[in-house]
Amino acid sequence: MAVRERLSGNEAVAYAIKQINPDVMPAFPITPSTEIPQYVANYIANGDIDTEFIHVESEHSAMSATIGASAAGARAVTATSSCGMALMWEELYVAASNRLPIVLALVNRALSGPININADHSDSMGARDSGWIQIYAESNQEVYDNYIQAFPIAENEAVHLPVMVCQDGFITSHGVENIMLVEDDKVKEFVGEYTPKHYLLNADEKLAVGPYAVSNYYMETKRGQRQAMINAKKVILEAAEKFEKMTGRRYGFFEEYKMDDADYAVVIIGSAAGTCKAAVDHIRNTAKKKVGLIKIRVFRPFPEEEIACALANVKAVAIMDRSEMFAASGGPLGAEVRAAMYQAHCKAEAVNYFYGLGGRDITVSDFERVYENLEKMAETHIAVGMYDYIGLRG
Amino acid sequence: MEQVWEKAYNFKEVMNKPERLAGGHRMCAGCGGTVTVRTVLRALEEGDKAVIGNATGCLEVSSFMYPYTAYEDSYIHNAFENAGATLSGVETAYNVLKKKGKIKDNYKFITFGGDGGTYDIGFQSLSGAMERGHDMVYVCYDNGAYMNTGTQRSSATPQYADTTTTPAGKVSSGKVQVRKDLAAIIAEHHVPYVAQSTFTANFKDLYTKAQRAIYTKGPAFLNVLSPCPRGWGYEPSELMNICRLAADTCYWPMFEVIDGKWVLSYEPKNKLPVEDFLRPQRRFKHLFKKENEELIGELQAEVDRLWEALKKRCEL
Repeated sequence: MAVRERLSGNEAVAYAIKQINPDVMPAFPITPSTEIPQYVANYIANGDIDTEFIHVESEHSAMSATIGASAAGARAVTATSSCGMALMWEELYVAASNRLPIVLALVNRALSGPININADHSDSMGARDSGWIQIYAESNQEVYDNYIQAFPIAENEAVHLPVMVCQDGFITSHGVENIMLVEDDKVKEFVGEYTPKHYLLNADEKLAVGPYAVSNYYMETKRGQRQAMINAKKVILEAAEKFEKMTGRRYGFFEEYKMDDADYAVVIIGSAAGTCKAAVDHIRNTAKKKVGLIKIRVFRPFPEEEIACALANVKAVAIMDRSEMFAASGGPLGAEVRAAMYQAHCKAEAVNYFYGLGGRDITVSDFERVYENLEKMAETHIAVGMYDYIGLRG
Repeated sequence: MEQVWEKAYNFKEVMNKPERLAGGHRMCAGCGGTVTVRTVLRALEEGDKAVIGNATGCLEVSSFMYPYTAYEDSYIHNAFENAGATLSGVETAYNVLKKKGKIKDNYKFITFGGDGGTYDIGFQSLSGAMERGHDMVYVCYDNGAYMNTGTQRSSATPQYADTTTTPAGKVSSGKVQVRKDLAAIIAEHHVPYVAQSTFTANFKDLYTKAQRAIYTKGPAFLNVLSPCPRGWGYEPSELMNICRLAADTCYWPMFEVIDGKWVLSYEPKNKLPVEDFLRPQRRFKHLFKKENEELIGELQAEVDRLWEALKKRCEL
């Protein structure tokens, strides 16, 4: 029987690590992800798992050692947030180009400066071009489920890419929710033994990792990574299907919430989707307007065609970004969704909103105003511009 | 039990061991780094498996240019500043996979970094790896500057050396500061074995130190003076002479720190003046101008001071 528990998002990830018992975990403390290595260290200290913990002296070394362990043939994981991920930046690209199936638990937090410890997506969105698969969660349950699914995705032969399992700092990482845990043996079976083909410690075949590749090889390497990212789409859905059979919980590239007949849609990532769902329900129950929500789960590989298809019949869409990229087009999700819509000749009006930067709260009534604006945009065909802000003081 | 490094040194036998760094790599003629790598890898017992690590630098870009590797062993290059951390991960993976019965063979772990990747940008990663006690050897092939990018000053660059970022000029005498004493700093990490060496006549010093470093359990650090013909400005054929002069002038003392005990490896019968080491090198050419005579005197005083301090540490 599955076990009902009350866990924070960090505890949920740590519990999944306990169930998976990876070989090596190098990690360095940083708020708000620190609890994950703490819990794992406790499991190790009590003999619950035989994972080797490496007490690295920085996040750069955390990812460097994770890369070393993974290349050597171990199942290697780590966890970090914000500036910790920024310090890993160089290594994120190395992990991806070496095609190492590392799983990184990322607890999203705003990047400095100014220094800020609260949730936004500037850390992972900044790393969106690094070649990592990125999977985001709305709730603690989703964090746990995504984490378990990350392994068969990363380690699939057609993929062999690192995976970032993202959750919103404090909101889910520290918020305690009811959660259904999968039985240990089922998790172990779902994830399976890690049996890499090529690794440094393979007695039958020596391996050299991390070459200097000049211009006659570099471009094909990148194309190879893109192919792996393309292949990942199928593998992500297969993992989700298998997971649904095991748990009954359904996952895809994104969740469509009341989108069947929706005229006005919000596209969003992460925990704020829950708040937006409350607004959708309230509007549908009171004003009887046809509003809906698309919550992105997989940002890399980006489900471009599927998103365009889901938005084909809406009149107006608000794309919500929880990170700044200082582009004329607005934020990263805005750029991706708009590009998908343009390519598919979508007719909907579109606006890109920045919200929740550095942990700024967003409320149900904020989302209600978003839907009101969408209705106005659809009527007048006058957009507010490429982007706008929610909750920004004047 | 006799330890491998205690066996009588037979030059011919050692030189006839199979090469673990294949020829055909792209390092320069007269490069000390390559000699260091070959000598250290030769110290592995035949039949022992190894994973070789490497910080970004001349050695890496010249010995593993896709799709060719010069290494007979498994090899990993990651980046410039993380050779210590990367091999930490490899060594830890080895321990856990061995414990879980997934691998059976015995492996040794040796990583190479230049002085830029070791004294400077990789210093933190090295310190962490040493402090955590991984069973690995970190070998710094110290050529005293960032040679891969064209002889920029590092914290290993000797005082008054002419480099591309500390050029000797009308109002400059080259690098201002004295070099960092990295071997002493790593010794203060209380690791079981630290040694400083270079290659002299029959390679015995470096070879036996490499053996001891590899076959001592726990972290070990070797700092090996590895001259660079392009950066230092000497004839490639002069490599061995330059190393000998570094040792005989006491510019580059050779010593071991074994479980905290300092042991001097070589004391020249006739300690030569430091200018004998400086003269054959283009990077010190400006010191031999009339107006710079006192700078050589300063360098001599610094060499003497460090030499006396080292002898005191070695209780001589």
